[in-house]
Amino acid sequence: MLEGILIGLGTAFSITNILMVIGGCLIGTFIGMLPGLGPMSIIAIMIPVAISIGDPSAALILLAGVYYGAIFGGSTSSILINAPGVASTVATSFDGYPLARQGKAGKALTVAAISSFCGGTIGAILLMVFAPALASVALLFHSAEYFALMVVGLSAIAAFAGSGQVGKALLMTLLGLIMATVGEGALFNMPRFTMGVMDLQSGFGFITLAMAMFALPEAIYLVLDPSRSAQGGEGGEIKDLRITRDEARTIAPVIGRQSIQGFLIGVLPGAGATIASFLGYAVERNIATKEEQEEFGKGSLKGLAAPETANNAACTGSFVPLLTLGIPGSGTTAILLGALIALNVTPGPRLMLDDPQIFWAVIISMYLGNLILLILNLPLIPYIAKVLAVPRTFLIPFILFFTLMGAYIGQNNATELLILVGLGVCATVLRFADYPLAPLLIGFILGSMLENNFARALQLYDGLGFILERPMTLGLLALAVILVVLPSYRARRARLRAEGVADAD
Amino acid sequence: MALDRWIALVILMICLAYGYAAFFTMDAGLAPFMKRNPIWPSTFPKILSVLAVLTALSILLGLEKGAADPKPMDINYRRLTDYKLGQALALLGLMVAYALLLRPLGFLLSTLGFLSVGAVILGERRFHILLPVAAAAAGIVWYLVQVVLGIFLSPWPVFLTNGG
Repeated sequence: MLEGILIGLGTAFSITNILMVIGGCLIGTFIGMLPGLGPMSIIAIMIPVAISIGDPSAALILLAGVYYGAIFGGSTSSILINAPGVASTVATSFDGYPLARQGKAGKALTVAAISSFCGGTIGAILLMVFAPALASVALLFHSAEYFALMVVGLSAIAAFAGSGQVGKALLMTLLGLIMATVGEGALFNMPRFTMGVMDLQSGFGFITLAMAMFALPEAIYLVLDPSRSAQGGEGGEIKDLRITRDEARTIAPVIGRQSIQGFLIGVLPGAGATIASFLGYAVERNIATKEEQEEFGKGSLKGLAAPETANNAACTGSFVPLLTLGIPGSGTTAILLGALIALNVTPGPRLMLDDPQIFWAVIISMYLGNLILLILNLPLIPYIAKVLAVPRTFLIPFILFFTLMGAYIGQNNATELLILVGLGVCATVLRFADYPLAPLLIGFILGSMLENNFARALQLYDGLGFILERPMTLGLLALAVILVVLPSYRARRARLRAEGVADAD
Repeated sequence: MALDRWIALVILMICLAYGYAAFFTMDAGLAPFMKRNPIWPSTFPKILSVLAVLTALSILLGLEKGAADPKPMDINYRRLTDYKLGQALALLGLMVAYALLLRPLGFLLSTLGFLSVGAVILGERRFHILLPVAAAAAGIVWYLVQVVLGIFLSPWPVFLTNGG
């Protein structure tokens, strides 16, 4: 491990990569602050840039920097104008905005920055310990287990979707898998399901799909409902960034607990920074003393530190399944996986052996990124926050334009733009009806890997025998079935019981 | 019938068409030696179509009931006309126009048009700010993409560049 860390240090501390971290963090903070642009949209927009860099470690470092920069930027707009740019910072606004209203915006930003820093750094330490251990176990896996593991990952994403949503999430995953079969795959030398359309010969572009699923619906929502990008404008002066020793002592245990909890939640597939931040807030409120509980929601420092720590730790945690298993647990890591594949890197347990410099450089760059967010962004925040004053009449055309450019640069093909608009409209309608869109993208990205492993296992065992002959495969597949069936079974039982009680009354 | 079930119906139709192709038409062109493989190009799609049809049916029939309380942040599609639907549709139309005009008009001109018309649709009327900003943005993005990223973007309209 020490050797790996040294390789990582060597790679991460090259001039280019340091610039990548700084650039990524700044861009992420800047755009993450804008209402309506989440980390997924930003990373999707940045992918053409990252791919044209060509060096996979630099590209991944840049994208990772954008990712946690965006989370940090989102918390700034939550605190200053009560407009969370990102779902995972909604919990931050519960206590951050009241603090800003009391004229303590500077203090709130400092607490947020310190909590983010600690959450991210402790997360990175845990990542450094967990990822190699998990990767060494994963090296024992064959294609049959891989296939089963991906099935588990995909069903876990559906299972964590929440009550009444399991079927929808599952359907979206399957739709993503179906879309992945369009075009000419590496496995068979024949185009499938192209319906004779030449532009579909190479399948759907993954950047196009990512833009259409996230950036475009978000922009359309902003247009439809102007209150979503409401400019509070009452952020006021940001001054007095200092916090006292007592305050630091109050938030320290919160940060410690939430770093670990957030990280573990982030590792789970399907549960990302959003769930971690809400859960972190709820847990801290429950274990606080009576007087402190009163404070929650009115400007409690603990209530601000908890979600901020948790969402950053969870961001880092979500890199564990990505880097060790090659299975993304969230929409954002799915986009990162797509970028890695485009750069000719196959994430998975072999990544640590084949490309140790990528693996370790990303982890080392996370420390650096968190440090940069702390020391660079904190003094700059009052200036960066000026971006919040950009009127929406300018903002929205630019968001749409960058969405279009992202898809166009990736494929250099104007038809791609029409596909983007078409898919974007479909995605917006799906969002109206509360269909989750991240499973679709994850299914799409995992689709070809799933099929390849399935095919390899079938060929090795000349049939479906591998399911029965390999106990681990069987166990994992059984787990997948349980994951999907259990939530609806429990919901049904709870409902039956509720009805039974109602009848008895 | 609620929108989510209508969508499930549409997806069901798509999956049935997909499944029909996978089960009945795809294997026709398969080379004889490929037929001895345990996995055919249609194997995986067949599995997917069956699973997707079953899932779509379960939503369509409402087998899974849950707490369906609408989130306050989200848009209520039943009252879509209460929102700025016209603006949204106009912007979508503008995006299609941009896609079609990008090649013939060249990047600079179509981008300038897209950014300024987009802002006008949203109600911006300060042209003395809007036009310079849009022109500068088009120029900077073209420079970044063409020179820094090294991806070719034809800047001028077709009729100006036909000679060279």
